[in-house]
Amino acid sequence: MNSYRRSHLRQLESEAIYIMREVAAQFERPVLLFSGGKDSIVMVHLAQKAFYPARIPFPLLHVDTGHNFPETIAFRDRYMEEVGARLIVRYVQDSIDQGRVQEETGPYASRNALQTVTLLDALKEFKFEAAIGGARRDEEKARAKERFFSHRDRFGQWDPKNQRPELWNLFNGRKHDGEGFRIFPLSNWTELDVWQYVKLENITLPNLYFSHRRDVFERDGVLLAVSEVTFPQFGEPIENRVVRFRTIGDMTCTGAVESPAANLDSIIAEVSSARVTERGARTDDKRSEAAMEDRKKQGYF
Amino acid sequence: MSVQLREMNEPVVETTPESLESIDLLRFTTAGSVDDGKSTLIGRLLYDTKSIFEDQYAAIERASELRGDETIDLALLTDGLRAEREQKITIDVAYRYFATPKRKFIIADTPGHIQYTRNMVTGASSAEAAIVLIDARKGVLTQSKRHGFLASLLQIPHILVAINKMDLVDFDEDVYERIVEDYTEFAAKLSVHAIDYIPLSALKGDNVVEKSSNMPWYDGQTLLHYLENVNVGANRNMVDFRFPVQYVVRPNQDFRGFAGQVASGRIVPGEEVVVLPSGKRTRVKALHFFKEEIAEAVSGDAAIMTLEDEIDISRGDMIVRTHNLPQKSDKVDAIVCWMSETPLNPDGNYWVQHTTRRVQGYISELNYKIDVDTMHREAAETLQLNEIGRIQLTTARPLFYDRYQLNRATGSFILIDPYSNNTVAAGIIRGKSRRVADLVTGEIDSTEIGIAESDGDTQRSTNVVWEQGDVTRHMREERNGHKAAVLWLTGLSGSGKSTVARLVERRLFDLGFQAQLLDGDNLRHGLNGDLGFSAEARQENIRRTAEVAKLSFTHGNIVLCSFISPFQRDRDFARSLLPPNRFVEIFVQCDLEVCKRRDPKGLYERALRGEIKEFTGVSSPYEAPQHPELRIDSAHNTPEVNAQLIVDYLIAQGIIPRQTG
Repeated sequence: MNSYRRSHLRQLESEAIYIMREVAAQFERPVLLFSGGKDSIVMVHLAQKAFYPARIPFPLLHVDTGHNFPETIAFRDRYMEEVGARLIVRYVQDSIDQGRVQEETGPYASRNALQTVTLLDALKEFKFEAAIGGARRDEEKARAKERFFSHRDRFGQWDPKNQRPELWNLFNGRKHDGEGFRIFPLSNWTELDVWQYVKLENITLPNLYFSHRRDVFERDGVLLAVSEVTFPQFGEPIENRVVRFRTIGDMTCTGAVESPAANLDSIIAEVSSARVTERGARTDDKRSEAAMEDRKKQGYF
Repeated sequence: MSVQLREMNEPVVETTPESLESIDLLRFTTAGSVDDGKSTLIGRLLYDTKSIFEDQYAAIERASELRGDETIDLALLTDGLRAEREQKITIDVAYRYFATPKRKFIIADTPGHIQYTRNMVTGASSAEAAIVLIDARKGVLTQSKRHGFLASLLQIPHILVAINKMDLVDFDEDVYERIVEDYTEFAAKLSVHAIDYIPLSALKGDNVVEKSSNMPWYDGQTLLHYLENVNVGANRNMVDFRFPVQYVVRPNQDFRGFAGQVASGRIVPGEEVVVLPSGKRTRVKALHFFKEEIAEAVSGDAAIMTLEDEIDISRGDMIVRTHNLPQKSDKVDAIVCWMSETPLNPDGNYWVQHTTRRVQGYISELNYKIDVDTMHREAAETLQLNEIGRIQLTTARPLFYDRYQLNRATGSFILIDPYSNNTVAAGIIRGKSRRVADLVTGEIDSTEIGIAESDGDTQRSTNVVWEQGDVTRHMREERNGHKAAVLWLTGLSGSGKSTVARLVERRLFDLGFQAQLLDGDNLRHGLNGDLGFSAEARQENIRRTAEVAKLSFTHGNIVLCSFISPFQRDRDFARSLLPPNRFVEIFVQCDLEVCKRRDPKGLYERALRGEIKEFTGVSSPYEAPQHPELRIDSAHNTPEVNAQLIVDYLIAQGIIPRQTG
């Protein structure tokens, strides 16, 4: 590759950095949503690159469902110290205690849906007008048409028919008071791109992504970790298996995959020959065919 | 259709940084209606490149079953939103991704029904190639022409006409040839660089990824081969440095950096620059990318620039080289595509977003609208959704721009409605406003900003329209009995390039083929006589040569270019002017010591004595091609043997026919 060509990863990197800077320039109060997963870690890395030697000019927000893997929280706190970023944490438990939301019950109970309310409340509390998220268009069908600058009405809702066309690299962040934007700098990345970039940039990720032994049980074809909030029902035997996680979300709906991939090279090999998408191991998308579309309309990412 | 899902025993992708950096990116758009089988084609590409996962496949299987379809509908993979699935139409641009070991692809999938123009323009704005689908049964329809017109309007450098459903016309060569002829005739009216044609069947998979055994008469490439090899970066402007300031980075008193994405061209530390609109001059102190200082920044790079002098600069300013300035005007002539349900308001104000600048503006004149189906001009009072028109735009503060044709990034803008905040139009700048009144009062030209001593590279001929004669290259090739091509011989001085090139020229001539030799030394006597040997002058030398070669190529010739051409980027530029597979980079390999011993013109001796500055191999570097089409060894082979190797290569590539008897 000569000095004028740029590889696909460098082009994606440059695009994401450009978006980050547009956000910092066009909005007074942006925020970066940090989940502790690999996509948000890559976003923080890109934000550092966009503004270095200055610090990231916006805070990070973590919506903690209280059902996170302990490893995620430990990693998050270590990472924030290293980056020197300002982190805000808001808890779904608080929303429950305040009666803003009602906790689901039963073996399938998940706080995944509840975090939308906590998120919207936090955005309102700090008057954040642009929230940077790590969603990618390759993740799910409803996201294939998502914009880089995704407009949300006063209720944080997304109207698929009322999105602004995006041409060249001209992004229109104008809005009325009370309205907001969700910004997706990784829109054009695929899962494989993310892993390759992690490798290229030598980014440290939580150990959950790499294969390890863990007690799991199978429910509806998904392997769930045994924990305080996820435990087997009758007929769901506990097994100790070699697994890793392809996404790190709420423990109640994030499935493990059996995998011997203990390092980046083998993960990249595994992802590039995988037979199931990473969201395939998430129970929340399986509820109905248009599940993601419905959640997005309500303000979910 | 047969199901081939990904296998776990696929070859493991190497993940060295080098291998990761060698994958490039192609953004392309697909145009065609559902009936042409566009979704099926995309489904097929994803499917055959093993980019569809089991759960995605299972999901469309489930959906097909629910709807009572008998076969699994691959189109469901691309029709995302529920409303679309219910109405069986796609209503918005959707982006799809797949990759091969060589390239990553981003497809902007634009729907064929209502709102077609708006979506196609959106998808085309970032595309480097467009696939126009034609149903073999129906031939060239109005909409196939509309797709071609929009692709040329948005200056997509490569158009591929995919003639689909060949299985439904019994894979008949005549049907294919007739469509090629019809479309070629139509496309002659457009300003399109390269059009290619492939007969295929998306449903059956013929010529999509695998070569079809049903069409033995077709000796060209498959769709995937085309996509993997079409030249990327052909539309990047690598000459005119433009740096719209995006954000000012100021962590402390000692550091003041200007962040932005290089819109075009290239910059290195130490170069003299001017800041617009202030007109203040300074030099580039350093270029930063994260924790590194970088030696150069080129088009597309997201860099941070520091300057020698403290100058007040904010977002929306533009940093350019002092000797290569953009145009400046508060009245521009533009083509706009209207994208909003609310029609153009001739009396209204709009925000004009151009590069990182946002200024107020209004439409001072609506000249006409263009019927995208007939390309005819019609008088118009306003523009409705999906209409395209020519306007004169007046802005509150001047824009610093280049014509879109020369520079996508500085030649494009959007209009934003100040009340709804919606993006209502996409615009491409044709040039300065053409109103008679403006011409009479006389405008301030960019050359009069008060800072420019033009060195020639700003003096682009802005009123020249590319004329495509009625006699096409295809017609010439047919008469000549061989294809046109450019053979680019690169190597050190004394490596024997010209000797081999002359032999090849002679052989081709003797065989009755159209061959022409462009020799570096000879061109420097005339056309390039004003150029020296600095990196810039060498670049310009190659640029001119490449353009001459392209003209000659267009006239059906096999052009032999014998140039040291030491820099890969210059050779890549030459490559970018030509269709894929028609540019043959030939590396004439010869050890430097051998060249020095040969020294046919006594040049090495003089260079070593210091009499010639910047002599390749002595005081200036030579970047050996990493992936030439052909390498020939002139230290060990005779020129005759090497000439034969080149002729054999041309035969193997189907550029010249195999000789019988």
